[in-house]
Amino acid sequence: MSVFYFVAFLSIFFALMTIFAKNPVHSVLYLVVTFFTFTVHYILLNAQFLAVVNFIVYMGAIMVLFLFVLMLLNLNKDTEPMKSNLVKFMGVIAGMCLVATLAGSFRVLASSEPIVLKNPDIGLVGNLGRVLFSEFLLPFEISSILLLTAMVGAVLLAKNDPKKA
Amino acid sequence: METVVQNMQGVPLNHYILFCSVIFAIGVIGVLIRRNVIIIMMSVELMLNSVNLLLTAFSAYSGDPSGQVFVFFIMALAAAEVAVGLAIIVMVYRNTRSVDINALNRLRG
Repeated sequence: MSVFYFVAFLSIFFALMTIFAKNPVHSVLYLVVTFFTFTVHYILLNAQFLAVVNFIVYMGAIMVLFLFVLMLLNLNKDTEPMKSNLVKFMGVIAGMCLVATLAGSFRVLASSEPIVLKNPDIGLVGNLGRVLFSEFLLPFEISSILLLTAMVGAVLLAKNDPKKA
Repeated sequence: METVVQNMQGVPLNHYILFCSVIFAIGVIGVLIRRNVIIIMMSVELMLNSVNLLLTAFSAYSGDPSGQVFVFFIMALAAAEVAVGLAIIVMVYRNTRSVDINALNRLRG
């Protein structure tokens, strides 16, 4: 039980470091650590498939993509122009207002029962695969079209236009 | 695995909701206070991940695997979004020589 609170504290700490780090490369590395703590959360919820997918897709693929673009654009120095302090202050206030509003509305819910895993093997690969290929077969196939569209779009966008340039 | 499952007995669902709200708000703050487009996209990823974790917590709470299938679809969507978004950022950098969003306030070619 206390493992959750420790990992939650680490997640919040590294998420804060992500958005407040000056150097973009440090920001990406802190985000990697944040996603690792999310993987620990998934393991704690016994969602093993999601833990592995989070580890591979987010920490492996997406973060490498971010680092690669940062390296490609040569932004690994603190040349980023910062917003004025007033705008920063207002942004933080707005975020705090969001937390306060959400927390205030959750007090009404009072659904404070502890999580008890009724069906502990719900997040295992076999169980999720059975659900994915029976109930969610059509969305699964449509997501393949989505990925194909994204691939074509990314190639078209990143391609140098020989006529213009 | 049994000990891990034993560890989770007793964390109230409200604490999960509160934790995910805090992470989501941190993502919102990151979008509001930064000017680097790449860091803004990273904050959006943070928000997506907080929602993923909350869906998983609700799925484990109610014993329904549909929530975890949704998380799987959101991850596929996030991968597509990151690929297209980073391609747009590279193109914008090629045109304006910066990743500052204030350089993008005019949507002219």
